[in-house]
Order: sequence, then structure tokens, then C-alpha cells
Amino acid sequence: MAGTSFDLQLLNLCAALLLLLSFAMLAQRRIVTLVNLLAIQGALLFVATLLLAWRTGERHLYLSAGLTLALKVVLLPWLLHRLIRRLQVYWDTEPLLNISGTMLVGLLVVVFAFGLAQPIAALASTATRSAIGIAVAVILLSFVTMITRRKAMSQVVGFLSMENGLFFGAMSATYGMPMIVEFGVALDVLVAVLVLGVFFFQIREQFDSLDLHHLESLKESPAFEKSAPPEPVRSVQEH
Amino acid sequence: MKPIEILTQGLELLAALAAAPLFLGWVNQCRAWLQNRRAPSVWLPYRGIRKLFHKDAVIAENASPLFRAAPYIVFGAMLVAAGIIPSMGTRLPFTIAADAIALVGLLATARVFQSLAAMDIGTAFGTLGARREMMVGFLAEPALLMVIFVASIISATTALPAIAENLATQTLGLYPSLAFTAIAFTLILLAENARIPIDNPATHLELTMIHEAMVLEYSARHLALMEWATSLKLFNYACIGFALFLPWGISTGTGGPLSLVASIPVLAAKLTVTGAVLAFIETISAKLRVFRAPEFLAIAFMLAVLGLLVHLLLGA
Amino acid sequence: MPYIDSSLRACLALIALWALIGLAGLLRPMSLGFVGRLLFPLGALCGVALAVVTATNFGTPTEQSVLPVGLPDLPMHVRRDALASFFLFLLGTTSAGISVFAAGYFRRGEGTAPGLMCLQYHLFLASMGFVLLADDAYAFMVAWETMAVSSYFLVTTQHGLPEIRRAGFLYLLIAHVGAIAILLSFGVMQGGSWQFTFDAMRGAHLTPYWAAVAFLLALFGFGAKAGLVPLHVWLPEAHPAAPSPVSALMSGAMLKIAVYGVLRVTFDLLGKPEWWWGLVLLAVGLFSAIYGVAFAAVQTDMKRLLAWSSIENLGIVFAAIGLGIVFHGVGMNSLAALALIAALYHSLNHAFMKSLLFLGTGAVLHSTGERNLGRLGGLIHRMPWVAWLTLVGALAMAGLPPLNGFVSEWLLLQAFLFAHEVPRTFVNMILPVGAALVALSAALAAYVMVKFFGVIFLGQPREPTLTRAHDAGVLERIGLAWLALGCVLLGLLPAYVIDALRTVVAQFSGVSLPRTGAPWWLLVPLAGRQASYSAPVFLIALTSVVLLAVLVVRRFYHHRVRRAAAWDGGSGRMNARMQDTAEGFGQPIRHIFGALFAVRRELPSAFDSAPRYRVVVSDRIWQWLYVPLGTLVQRTADTFAWVQQGRISTYLTYSFTTLVVLLALML
Repeated sequence: MAGTSFDLQLLNLCAALLLLLSFAMLAQRRIVTLVNLLAIQGALLFVATLLLAWRTGERHLYLSAGLTLALKVVLLPWLLHRLIRRLQVYWDTEPLLNISGTMLVGLLVVVFAFGLAQPIAALASTATRSAIGIAVAVILLSFVTMITRRKAMSQVVGFLSMENGLFFGAMSATYGMPMIVEFGVALDVLVAVLVLGVFFFQIREQFDSLDLHHLESLKESPAFEKSAPPEPVRSVQEH
Repeated sequence: MKPIEILTQGLELLAALAAAPLFLGWVNQCRAWLQNRRAPSVWLPYRGIRKLFHKDAVIAENASPLFRAAPYIVFGAMLVAAGIIPSMGTRLPFTIAADAIALVGLLATARVFQSLAAMDIGTAFGTLGARREMMVGFLAEPALLMVIFVASIISATTALPAIAENLATQTLGLYPSLAFTAIAFTLILLAENARIPIDNPATHLELTMIHEAMVLEYSARHLALMEWATSLKLFNYACIGFALFLPWGISTGTGGPLSLVASIPVLAAKLTVTGAVLAFIETISAKLRVFRAPEFLAIAFMLAVLGLLVHLLLGA
Repeated sequence: MPYIDSSLRACLALIALWALIGLAGLLRPMSLGFVGRLLFPLGALCGVALAVVTATNFGTPTEQSVLPVGLPDLPMHVRRDALASFFLFLLGTTSAGISVFAAGYFRRGEGTAPGLMCLQYHLFLASMGFVLLADDAYAFMVAWETMAVSSYFLVTTQHGLPEIRRAGFLYLLIAHVGAIAILLSFGVMQGGSWQFTFDAMRGAHLTPYWAAVAFLLALFGFGAKAGLVPLHVWLPEAHPAAPSPVSALMSGAMLKIAVYGVLRVTFDLLGKPEWWWGLVLLAVGLFSAIYGVAFAAVQTDMKRLLAWSSIENLGIVFAAIGLGIVFHGVGMNSLAALALIAALYHSLNHAFMKSLLFLGTGAVLHSTGERNLGRLGGLIHRMPWVAWLTLVGALAMAGLPPLNGFVSEWLLLQAFLFAHEVPRTFVNMILPVGAALVALSAALAAYVMVKFFGVIFLGQPREPTLTRAHDAGVLERIGLAWLALGCVLLGLLPAYVIDALRTVVAQFSGVSLPRTGAPWWLLVPLAGRQASYSAPVFLIALTSVVLLAVLVVRRFYHHRVRRAAAWDGGSGRMNARMQDTAEGFGQPIRHIFGALFAVRRELPSAFDSAPRYRVVVSDRIWQWLYVPLGTLVQRTADTFAWVQQGRISTYLTYSFTTLVVLLALML
């Protein structure tokens, strides 16, 4: 590591912390903490953009950093917290896989992403191109988060985290997207969150819960049933 | 062997032997302060050990020679381990005989003998403690090996003094991979030394014990040796952490006896801070259910592997 | 011996001597004294002689010969090179200890006459030796089949019991499925010359596709013999069914013959192996290792536990070979040599450790009549010799320094340390994780060994009949001590072993580990990488610290001891049934690795007058793979059974139709 400048080391540290946060989100059960982690992710992106802006001197990156701060650290987390309070949904305790299994899947995803990113990184010309692998890993991990969750809220957080990963990838590969693209994406995300918020109320009114498995009962076949409790007679369990 | 090497080796062994109970006492005192209790004296572990040595040993009727020999073997293993870890200096002649993987093997030896001794009397608690200790052990050992692997890959060697020297002499920098593995190592330290959140060292409820259940049958000098070995284990783990992640201040290849003397206050300062941090972590955590311990260690393992992957990707 | 100028002829003579000793057993088949006191010790001496001959000839040039036995135009070729010498050495030393033990072990009531068992046993040894020397497919397959058949008879020694017959049948079945695959592999490897000598196969140049087919067939065949998952189902059945010396021989020697087969095919007959073959071996090996050790941890029968543990260790050996092939394929030669040396070292270690443990269980079985761990306990007081010698084996198997299990594990981890330098994209990230899996299986092996030794020898006796247990006899003690000594020496003198293995690996794979000029007591595998290990210094340091502690405590304090009852929480009602059973000790593993097991639990209800709790852990692979396969075969056979009508006129019609068709074709 000797020889790399201090700001590059800081950028690498931000990238690594970003990865760590995605893993933490994968394993997190409390939804409030999930949103807080998302906010910290946004803050890291803000710091990274600032560093990159200072290093390369490009003005639009300062604007981008400000936008990140306003949207990802302040506005979106506040919106989501408000939603949580109104919907009274605090825990997401039944993921698809147990913690060890999800961690293992996450690890495999990270290996895949890192391997995938190496030829891509060879094509890029920025100083931060080694972090592209981390960006791809964050995107894929957020996808896995969305897949393994049952509550709609966690899935939204996963979606936003995916957008964070995309943003970081763009930054490390090409020093940021064109401003128009960035504005467009930010607007899309904002609108998506607002619309999803409305949807959550509808789901909650219909099923009295934000558990997405209830959506499965919207088909013709009989609704999803819970398993019967164990009988009081001598039982034989097989699995 | 040069005199400086013999001096370093001897000083480290003596320091470990002398300071380990003090470290344990310090951690207990910090815990008491954080929990708003009146703290026991930091010298209490010494008084406890001394008291135990004077007592008559009471051994179960069906104890085998293994039971009587185990405390000596465990104590010996921990002391030999203290001789391998570069807590004060990197010129340790004994480390050509044992590198970091042998160190993990040594810790495993101590664990196996403790478990066998626990099973020897044939009580429910002994076998309970043995089974839980081996469970924590078999999950923590690969995680610890991964942590050492990451450090070894960065330094291209598995000899602990070389790893410490490599990190100590490099320019100060931020290594994300080492940060990840440091967190993983902290989790492993908590698990292997039977601290909260894996085990409560102050519990008296046998069904919640892991480590304490294994020493239930021991008394007098055997118990004294086991207690001393436990504090030595905590001391060793702290020093491994310093060697892998915070090696600055130890006497490296070019220093003389003066640098060795100067490393003592540095070590004391590091231990003080670590003890306080350890007590803090223990105070803010709750003890996990026994079968959450595998998840805890799985997180440690994943962090270590993540550190490895980040190192391979970022070169940092 | 002055008139044997070639080590090849010496080896052949010793193998023939084994066969003769076996035949001599038929002279007085019912006499235990003749068989036990004379023939088996003679067999042991042959083993020692074989070991001496081969150990002094690791570095000598290869010798080839053609034997005048066999079919008229198909003589048998034999060849002794370094690889064969190493495995002959393994066979000789291990079988020596086992034969001495067996001399004192076999007694009336085993189910087969002692003379007959002598024949089967020594034929087994002779055929294993001949497999190692065979230089053409014909000799190889004849010896392989003899090995399978003689071991089948040994496994079904107690053929009166139906479960033992079933275990033997399963063993024979899978052995033959493997043999077919090996035969097919030889068929592919002859590459069009239709000469089945190994020399012809070495000369044949196969396209990468056919080479891969040959490799995979050989892996299937030899993997079935080695017990790689999913072809492992016979191991946990056959090893417990056989008498303990036979189990020891099978686990210690026969499984290594499969390792020899894979090495011979991959490096010698196929020439240069592709690097991705190594990945296949690595994946299969690591999965077998984890699977085997997880199952070992939940067993309640002591011999099944050891059988599953063998699956784990063979998995590690194959993983090491796979790593060596990967390094070899990408050109990292010294690391390839290191990984292959680690594989061979672990084979040798496992032979000694596992044989020692199996023989220990044999002594326990003979003394108590129990194989179930739930009925043993506290035997260290009644059988001290067996207990302390088995402790050496258990500690070695757990991979604790300074014994031998640690050395091979250390070498393998050193090789894995540099796996991230492999210049292939995903591979260089997955391989270090492989190291963690090796470490996991080693740590679990320690768990299994604590369970094994703790439940059998420590604690309190779980059955009142155990107070009548007696220690092993003189011959059995000698056998156990021989193997324990091997474990200790292999652990304390690794530098010598690695010197010998260096020659072996260099000869069969073409890559060599450069010498580092370190003294005899220091092991430095790779110069300049600053990793070293010295078992003698380690042992001296540990023992001196322990002795110092003992002396200081005795000098400054006292060593008074009072005996009292064990602490029972003040209730006074503690008994031997309150300590962990084997099932209880394995419960954390059953919980953590639950996905691997098919668990069936019977829970009592609240209204049971005699509540019972029962857990049966079985192999999912049996249910998913073998049962459907068996049903398919059965159904296919049933479908074709209509051919067997039972009426004479139908069978005559078959012959008539065939004759008519052939005549028509000729026209």
C-alpha cells in the first residue's frame, strides 16, 4: 500500500465500509436500523463524492455530493422513518434463509462480483477503478436482500441500496454520470418511494399486515395457510 | 542465539505470567465501573490464585491421571503460546519452531485437554461444558485461521514476528482489509475467552455456562493453574491482536535493549485501553442463546473472508 | 539379502510370501495357536521387511519386469517406481502393526475358521501389494478384484448375521461399480493401440476431451473405493461389520490404494493433467471432508464414527491432490510439489492414526462386547494400556502439535496460503476459502475425537457390566504401541519424511520442492517464505514448561490430595446415566449442520406411561440417490423378467430365432 496517496486510501476505506454496510443490511432484522444503515450508506457516498471532487477538481461532482446529502442522507431516510411510524412495522423476523445461509450466499455473490469486475476494471481509466468490484457487489447484495425479505419495507430499502451501489459504480468507473442522468435517476427514486408509500397503505388495509406473502393469495387457488401445531400425541418428526 | 533474543523471550514470558491476572482484574474493574458497582481490587485475581495454591486438592473418586495432569498441560500450553506471540519484541528465538498456525494448534491442544478433563469425571455439567466448548472452538478456529491468513497474505509469511515487523515498519496507512479482520478478531476473542456475548464469566448458573462448567470439578492448585491459564489466554489473545493489527511500539529488528524496555509502557498502555474497550463491549451486549453463538462466529468468519476478498481486490 | 539384487524382486518375493502364509493357514484351519502365534506374526515380519526394502529404495531408478504368469499371450507386467515404493512402505508398516494385533485378537466365535481368515487376510495383503506393482491393466484388474473379493470375505466374517451380509453385499456392489469405471478408464487410455500395458498408455496421446473422460472415469472408480461422497455409502456399513483388524487394514491401507490409483492415472498414465481437474478433485474432496466429519460427530456406534472420519480424511487427501494439480496446471511448481507432499504425508499419517483407533475399538469390543457408545464409559481405569495408546491416536487425529496429524495439515495450509497467486480470475478468490474449509474439518475432527475418547474411556461406566472389562493382551499391546510409535515419530521427524516424499513426488509428477538446507529438527518447506516448524523443539518446550510447573508447585506448595464424591449440585442423586450420551454430545452438530442430515425424531407425548425419545440420523444421499437408483434397476429388471417364461418351448424358440437370424445375416 505504500505509495498511494491518502485520499485514495480514504476512498478505498469508504468502498470497503460500503461493502460492510451492505452485508450488515443483509443480516439486519430491525427495520429502523435498516433505514439508519441506508442513511449511513448515503453519508459514505457523500464523503466519497466529496473526496473525488477534491481529487479531480470536477465541479459537477460537488453538485452531485450536495444532491446525495440532501436526498440520501436527509430526505429519503426521513420519509422512510415517517412511513415506519405510521405503518407500525418494526421487525422483519422471518427471512427466506437463516443468517448463516444468507451470509454464505452473500459471500458467493461477492466473489462472483469481484471476479466479474476485474476485466471491466482493466478497461476503465480512473484511479478508483478497483472499487468497481465493490459497486457490483453492493448492487448484487442489495438484490439478495430484496429477495430474502418478507416485509415490503425491507424490500424498498434494498432497492434504494441498489441505487446507491449503482451510483458508486458510476463514480468509480467514470467519475460520475452526466448531471441530467443523475437528476433523472434521483427524481425517479423519489417518486418511486412516494408511490410505494401509498401502496403500502393499500396493502396494509387489505391484509392487515405488510407481509408480502399475503400478496400470493391474490390468485385463484386457496390462500396461504400456516402449518398445523404439533399434535399432543406421540409425534414423529421427519425432515 | 544473541543475548537480546534471550532477553526478549524471557521478558515476554515473565510479563505474560505476571501481568495476565492483572489484565483480568483491570477488565473486571472497568466492568464494575461501567455498571455503577463498587469495583473489586485489580489485585484480586492474584490473591485468589495464591489462596487456591494453599488449599488441599479435593478430587473425585473416579478421576483418572488425565484429570490431574490436564491443568499443568493447559497452563504449559498457554505459557508456551505467550512465548510465540511478539508482545514486546520481534526477535523471539522460539518462533522458528512454531508459527501462527502452530499457535492455533497450541490453543486447540489446550482446549482439547480442558474438554477431556471435563468429561473425565462423568457429570452432566462437565460433559455439557465440554460439548459447548468444542462447539465454540470448532467454529472459532477456522475464523481465527482466516484472520491469520489475511495477515499472512499481506506479509507473505505465517511467522507472527515477521507479520508484526512488516506492519510496524510500513508507512502508516488505512487498510480496509485489516479493519475487517480486526473486527472479526474481536468477535473471535470474545467467543474463545468466554466473554459476553458468548458466555458470562461471572455466572453461577450451570446451565448457562460454557467455560466455567469445565472447571467445576477442580479445586486448589489445579483450579489455580486453570484460572491462571484462562487469564493467560485472554492476555495472549490481546497480544495476538496487537501483533496483527497494532504492532507499533514493539522492539523490531534494529532496536537494542533500550527499545525493549521502551516497549513495556507501550504494551501497558495498549492493554489498558483494550481492557476498557472489552469491558465496554461486554456491558453493552447481552449474552446470546447458545445456538446463536454459531451465527455470531459465522459473522466473524464472513468478515475475515470479506477482508481477504477486499485485500485481493483493492490491494489494501 | 545377497541373492536378490533388485528391490522389485524382493517386493515380489515378500508379496508371494504373504500369499504362501495365507495358504499355510489352510493346513490347520481350526488351530488358533498355529494361526495366531505363528502365521500372523510371520506376516507382520514380511510387512516390516517390505517397509525396509522400499524405504531404502525411494530414490533408486525404476525397475520393470514381465512375469511369466497370466494367460499365454498376456503376461503380467510389473514395475516398481517411487510412487509404488511409497505406498508399499505404507502398506508394510501399517500391516505389520495390524498383523501383530490380529495375532492376539482373533479367537473362537468370530464366525469363520481362523485358518480361513488367515488365508483371506494374507491374500488381501498380497493383492494390495500386487496392485501397487502392476504395470498393465490386466494385472491391475486381477489384483484389484482379488483385493475386493478377499476383503468381502473378511467383511462378512460373521456371516451368520443378516445385517453383516447386507453390508458385505453393498460393499461388493459399489466395489464392482467402481471396478467397471476403472476398466472403462483403462479402455479409454489405451488410445487406439489396443495394448493394455501401462507403457502403451503412457505413450498414447489423447485429445483433451478423451483425457478428461478417462480422468473422470478413473475418479469415479477410485473414488468409489476411497469413499468419496456420493459413493461413500458402503464405508459406514462395511467397516463396522468387519472385525476390527480388518477395518483397520481397510481404512488404513485399502483406501490409500485408491489414492495411489488416482495419482498413477493422473500424473503417470495421462501425462500432464489439466488444471481444472484439480478443481473437480478439490471440490469433491472438500465436500467429502465436511460431510464425513459432520456425520462422524452424530454417530452412536464407535466404528461407524471412525468410518465416517475416514471419509473425511480421504476427502482432505483428495483436496490436497486437487490443489497440487491446480498449481501444476498453472506452472507454480514448488507449490504443486508441496501440496502433493502434503497429500502423501496425510495418507501415511491417516494410515497410522486410523489403524490405531480401529484397533483400540477392537480391544474395547472384545473386552466389553459393546459397540454402542451409549453403553461404554470409564474404561480408562479398566484398560489403561488401550486407553493411553488410543489417546495418542485420538490426539494425532485431532491435529494437535507435535503429533503427525498436525504436520500434514500445516503443510497443506502453507500450500493454500499462496493459492491467491493463481492467475485465474475466480479461482484465486475461492481457493483461500478452501483453506478455511480444511480448517473447519480439522476443527470438527478435534470435536469428533473428544467425543470418541471422552465417551468411551472417560467419565463413568454407563453399564454395570463394564466393571468386568479387562485390558488387552501382550500381542495386542505390541501392535497398538507400534502404531502409536509411528504416529509420534512421523510427528517429530517430518524433515526426514519430507526428504523421502520429495523424491517420490519429483519422480511421478515432474515437479520438485527445492531443498532448503535446514537442519534435521527444523521443517522449512519453502525457502524465503519464512514459515518454519520444529516439532522436537516444540515438544521439548512444552514438556519442560509443564515439568517446571509441576516442580515449582510441589516445591513451594504441597501436593496433598483428598478423594471425594463428584460434585452433584447437592442433590445426591447423580448417576452414570446423567452424563452425555454420544447422541447428546453430537447434538450441537446436528443442530448446526441440520441441512446435511435426514433426522427422524420420535417424541413422547404427555400421556405416555413409558416415555421414550428416539433420534435416528441417516444419510440423505442414500434416500435421494441410491433408493431411486435401486428402484429403477429393480423396475427395469422386473420389466425384462418376462423373458424368463419358464417354459422349455419358449427357450428353444429363443435359440431357434437366433440361429435363423444369424443364418439370414450370413446370406
